[in-house]
Amino acid sequence: MHNVVCIKQVPDSAQIRVHPVTNTIMRQGVPTIINPYDLFALEAALELRDKFGGEITVLTMGPPSAEDSLRKALTFGADRAVLLTDRCFAGADTLATTYALATAIRKIGKEYGPPDLIFTGKQTIDGDTAQVGPGVAKRLGVLQLTYVAKIRALDLTARTIETERRSEGGVQVLRTRLPCLITMLEATNQIRRGAMADALRAARAPIVKWSAQEAGVEEISKCGLKGSPTVVKRVFAPSARAEKAVLVEAGEQPAQALIDAIFKHQPKLETDLAALARDA
Amino acid sequence: MIEERFDAIVVGAGMAGNAAALTMAKRGMKVLQLERGEYSGSKNAQAAILDADILEQLTPGFREDAPLERRLVEQRFWLMDSRSHIGLRYRFNDRNDKRPNRHIVIRALFDKWFSGKVREAGATVLYQTTVTELAQNRRGRVIGVRTDRQDRIIHADVVVLAEGVNGLLGTRAGWRERPAPDQVALQVKEMLLLPRETIEARFNLKRDEGVVIEAAGSISRGMTGIGFIYANRECISLGVGCLVSDLQRTGETPYGLLNRFKRHPSVVPLINGSELKEYSAHLIAKRGYNTIPQLCGKGWVVVGDAAELNNTGHRGPLNVAMISGRIAAEAIFRLKSRGDRSTSNSVSLYKKMLNESYEDLKKKNMPALMHTQPDNFLLTHRQLVSKAILNFARTAGRPKAGQEKSDSKAFCDEWSWTGLFGDGFRLPRAWR
Repeated sequence: MHNVVCIKQVPDSAQIRVHPVTNTIMRQGVPTIINPYDLFALEAALELRDKFGGEITVLTMGPPSAEDSLRKALTFGADRAVLLTDRCFAGADTLATTYALATAIRKIGKEYGPPDLIFTGKQTIDGDTAQVGPGVAKRLGVLQLTYVAKIRALDLTARTIETERRSEGGVQVLRTRLPCLITMLEATNQIRRGAMADALRAARAPIVKWSAQEAGVEEISKCGLKGSPTVVKRVFAPSARAEKAVLVEAGEQPAQALIDAIFKHQPKLETDLAALARDA
Repeated sequence: MIEERFDAIVVGAGMAGNAAALTMAKRGMKVLQLERGEYSGSKNAQAAILDADILEQLTPGFREDAPLERRLVEQRFWLMDSRSHIGLRYRFNDRNDKRPNRHIVIRALFDKWFSGKVREAGATVLYQTTVTELAQNRRGRVIGVRTDRQDRIIHADVVVLAEGVNGLLGTRAGWRERPAPDQVALQVKEMLLLPRETIEARFNLKRDEGVVIEAAGSISRGMTGIGFIYANRECISLGVGCLVSDLQRTGETPYGLLNRFKRHPSVVPLINGSELKEYSAHLIAKRGYNTIPQLCGKGWVVVGDAAELNNTGHRGPLNVAMISGRIAAEAIFRLKSRGDRSTSNSVSLYKKMLNESYEDLKKKNMPALMHTQPDNFLLTHRQLVSKAILNFARTAGRPKAGQEKSDSKAFCDEWSWTGLFGDGFRLPRAWR
């Protein structure tokens, strides 16, 4: 089988600072990482390859420096890496990104065989939209399974897949047919440590680089800033919240101490409760 | 699958490792470099002075894209008191205009760039790969390494150990001793963000000019140690380093020293209003020539900090590290082109070349000096000199002559003339 995993190189959010004066994000010097959610997707694909064989192609869209993330993905064991890089992709929102990725996945299908599964993380840590996975599925016209926690079964002859999808109400067991797109939930697996052979290969393997034209993009106006209806109006840092946690020293009567402390910090609550009791 | 074999494996991607890997790769050798960190420089906390001439030999034209900070035009030395300092400024503009020969570099950025050059030269560089063991054959010859990625041995004709100050592999193999607490300094450091213009105004610098302050005296609370301030492009590196043995003895905390340094009236105006960006700690080798361990053996050589080739009294251990890496690489290449497979005798060519090119190493033994004479120069004298200058500088409303006389008497009482000459003789020798 042939699976495609979409990854994104993102700034390490643990190391981002907000400029104290201008309130803008200071990206300079912030190290980049593979979007952590994408690693769950990659590991899910690797586990399927362990069982069923086949190939994994990793795809990303980004600046030339995104090559670092692709090499890392190869170190984990992916077979092939494709970097979609072109100035015209810059400034893309999710609509423009899904257009470019879907186009590239079609081309990957032509070059290296049609994919059975396409994986993404459930969202990225820098954009947080969770729109790109579903958007790519829609554009490719394949079925989508979002927030997947586990792949329960895969039948390559019948071409069906059965997954556990976590939703607010609980766990749904969903079965569908291939090809389809899966967005993986976090903490469902742990990315493996690549073998020495993979690490050596990753350090030396050529990365396939496609410009918009090479990827088969026909309408440049649908790419990058031009193709993005989303406009960032303002970026601001949230102000610190006034509420604080309070440590209550409890002695003989912990419940009473707690109630006193709560009423002390929220005097209005006491009067409100008293009024409620009266009405009742 | 045919087992892959390398001409050389370099363990570590710091200055020495990168210099060695780059030199060998440029000579067309098949090089594998293994680095434990996420990338080269990822664990490095240093801001340092880079000697451009040495780098020029390795990568000509590096100025085009290397992440260089300011070029160093001024060196300040401070002798600190609890509330004041005596300063010496040395401004030097020779060879510093078109092709400056000394730059401040932030190692985390610089090493990453340097590692890119190593890869461009054709070496295979693996990050996040820890060498767990040197593989030896029955006759004790190093034949390769084992890593945490697999149990199999990766074979090479020679292994270059550039594993840094802790030198775990070399220690495990019994080729060097673990550094003793009085042979390493613990350095704690902060990176403080400030706008470029503010730094230039506060340090009296023109665009791209840089300054380094090195401070001794009360800052180390009587221990062998030093404080430093580097004016970088858009941040200030500020830190304190003290011998580990002294920290043990006195019970002083490194962050306590750092905070005291930051609150010093001489330092406050330089860092006021800055934002803390990074806090780090690092061990710095402080041994001298006398403790340089065995440098090579059957199938292995050791370079840089791991070899104690750090020339502590001198500017920039990183420069010596680069030199040793390059020389080791040249020696290995010469042997290889002779068809020699680096036996014990032959790798010692490295030692010979190193000796010839860096005679200086023998002379520097600064920490030993500071260690044996901790009270003299940095403590007693600083207070006395400071007192005398204070008397000179202020108008106290009473005749100064008496005070001056008592100052010079205090000088003579506390600090014998032999002590004066002794310091006068020893300090420059160590600092040179």
